Amino acid sequence: MDALLFFLFAAIAVGCAINLVLQTHPISSALSLVGVMGSLAVLYLLLGGEFIAAVQLIVYAGAIMVLFIFVIMLLNAGAEKKPTRNILRAAVALPLLFTLLAIGAFLVASQTPSTDVVKFGSFLVGGHEIGRALFTTYLLPFEATSILILIAILGAIVLARKEI
Amino acid sequence: MPELPIALPAHVPLSWYLILSVILFVVGAAGFLLRRNIITVFMCIELMLNAVNLTFIAFSHQLKQVDGHIYSFFVMVVAAAEAAVGLAIILTVFKNRSTLEVDEVSSMKL
Amino acid sequence: MNFFLLSLIKTGLVAFVLLTTLAYLQWIERKVLAHIQLRPGPYRVGPHGLLQPLADVVKLATKEGVIPGNANVFFFLFAPFFAVTLALTSISVIPFGPEIEVFGVKTNMELTGVNIGVLFILALSSLGVYGIAIGGWASNSKYSLMGGLRSSAQMISYELPMSLAIAAPLLLVNTLNFRDMVNAQSGYWLGVIPKWNVFAGPFPQFFSFLIFLIAAFAETNRVPFDLPEAESELVSGFHTEYSSLGFAAFFMAEYANMITVCSVATLLYLGGWQPLWPSSLGSDFVAPLIHFAAAGMLFYHAGQTVKSRTWDRFSFPAFGVIFLVVGALFLVPVLKPILIPLFWFVGKVGILLFIFIWIRGTLPRFRYDQLMRFAWTFLFPVAIVNLLITGLLVALQS
Repeated sequence: MDALLFFLFAAIAVGCAINLVLQTHPISSALSLVGVMGSLAVLYLLLGGEFIAAVQLIVYAGAIMVLFIFVIMLLNAGAEKKPTRNILRAAVALPLLFTLLAIGAFLVASQTPSTDVVKFGSFLVGGHEIGRALFTTYLLPFEATSILILIAILGAIVLARKEI
Repeated sequence: MPELPIALPAHVPLSWYLILSVILFVVGAAGFLLRRNIITVFMCIELMLNAVNLTFIAFSHQLKQVDGHIYSFFVMVVAAAEAAVGLAIILTVFKNRSTLEVDEVSSMKL
Repeated sequence: MNFFLLSLIKTGLVAFVLLTTLAYLQWIERKVLAHIQLRPGPYRVGPHGLLQPLADVVKLATKEGVIPGNANVFFFLFAPFFAVTLALTSISVIPFGPEIEVFGVKTNMELTGVNIGVLFILALSSLGVYGIAIGGWASNSKYSLMGGLRSSAQMISYELPMSLAIAAPLLLVNTLNFRDMVNAQSGYWLGVIPKWNVFAGPFPQFFSFLIFLIAAFAETNRVPFDLPEAESELVSGFHTEYSSLGFAAFFMAEYANMITVCSVATLLYLGGWQPLWPSSLGSDFVAPLIHFAAAGMLFYHAGQTVKSRTWDRFSFPAFGVIFLVVGALFLVPVLKPILIPLFWFVGKVGILLFIFIWIRGTLPRFRYDQLMRFAWTFLFPVAIVNLLITGLLVALQS
């Protein structure tokens, strides 16, 4: 059952990711990315991350991607024009990327012992564990993030003013 | 639990999660290099961040420690901040130059 | 018993009840609105219009589904499907009652118990924006697009006060699981006042409850925050171009969201299926008494029917008998542990739903800038202050 769910959602994630890159219209790309995020949330659940799966949906799919879609709809950006001069770029980049993929996959497969299996339910991280870690070990980074967000809000407001 | 009709391993090795993450990262990188719409480029960056998050969670499961979850939590928060500022920049660029093509935004002044 | 079989039975039961409720909620809404405005409401199909939902379903299903020219067909059809799927999924984590035993099988009265129930609901409701935004965009019409844009902005804005309002009672009950949450709210102060989160704790969550309700109105796009579907200024917003089943799906999603939100409010603040006062003081007899009173009223009115409503002479006693039987069921000892908690849960949800309809009949619509200013400059700060006070008092207490 674990394996079945993994294959199903891994396939959806990869399919949506490829669709993201291939679609010419930004809205289609954005919705493909939402698909990737949703299936990744299910994979997080399989890995025992209940809290992080919910946060993935709330923050990534529910807030960040809505912002993207909002901007795309606001700009009413149409489909991308036909690529004129990035055929050369594609010819160079794609083989390099596939090499990178192959090397990465080879390294991962050779370094991690294949006997270790991911068993659903053997490790569960709920809200309590995350909260305890955030407010003890990681208190300083947590507070620093709040300042980062404050700066981001200020930056967004300054950029969105009419005068610029 | 009834037996599944097809012969599948009941559980997946950890490396498969990591390979999935590699695939997603490379697809994101490919999109980043090939696409010209600035919003799509931005979304490809988000895809790469998601791929990295998956490795954090997978290793966290392997080591039975909570830290990976915290890291990916921070990645999400930073991604949210990044999206807010980045999209504001995109809006401003579009307002001033009425284009979303990355290649056309190549000069410092109009 | 087999896990799959049990889940299948429960899913079928919940789906049937939920879909029927959705259809009749619309009838109830039209009746209540009509009586607020001193008119009879739907009256033609069946006794007192009781078969109106059926007629509506037939009407919507047999209408032609028009897809506007230049619309993005895939997303145009995908949006209502997505909206209704999310809305119906979120009911699956809502528990309706305690653990029960039927024919020797012990089971919880819910489809699935997840440890992160509250977060699950929040996640699904935050995804609900897509259905509306995409529907508005794919219609390729400026009114739909503006309705969709407004709804995205509105739902993102009101999600913040809603989440902050939810966080405060979570501090009191110290869990994200709905079932544990209700169990934490059991018991009574001084033997009579229930320990629900609206009353109890170091800091009663009354303000949090109000913020949650106001944000819930905005999240479900109901009056006074129904800007996304404002008939007078946006023709009718994001679903202008939808007809037939697409329209019905958006409609169903709205009503399903209302039920979910009211259930969550009941579980978070009103103690779920805990009765208002202890059963040792006779709270078990409230349910049968209410049903008997309704039956009595129906029998009384059956004898008073006016000439133009001849059917009432037969239909009123029939419904009276139904109410009598249902009321008597509450007194059967075997069914009592199942039905009494269910009655309290459904009763609380029903009262909240009635408030939703009542406000729709009472308040005018907000202007868009008022709506945004209200969320960001009033609701959001109040929710933060409420959360801070609650956190401080909980910390001092422990």
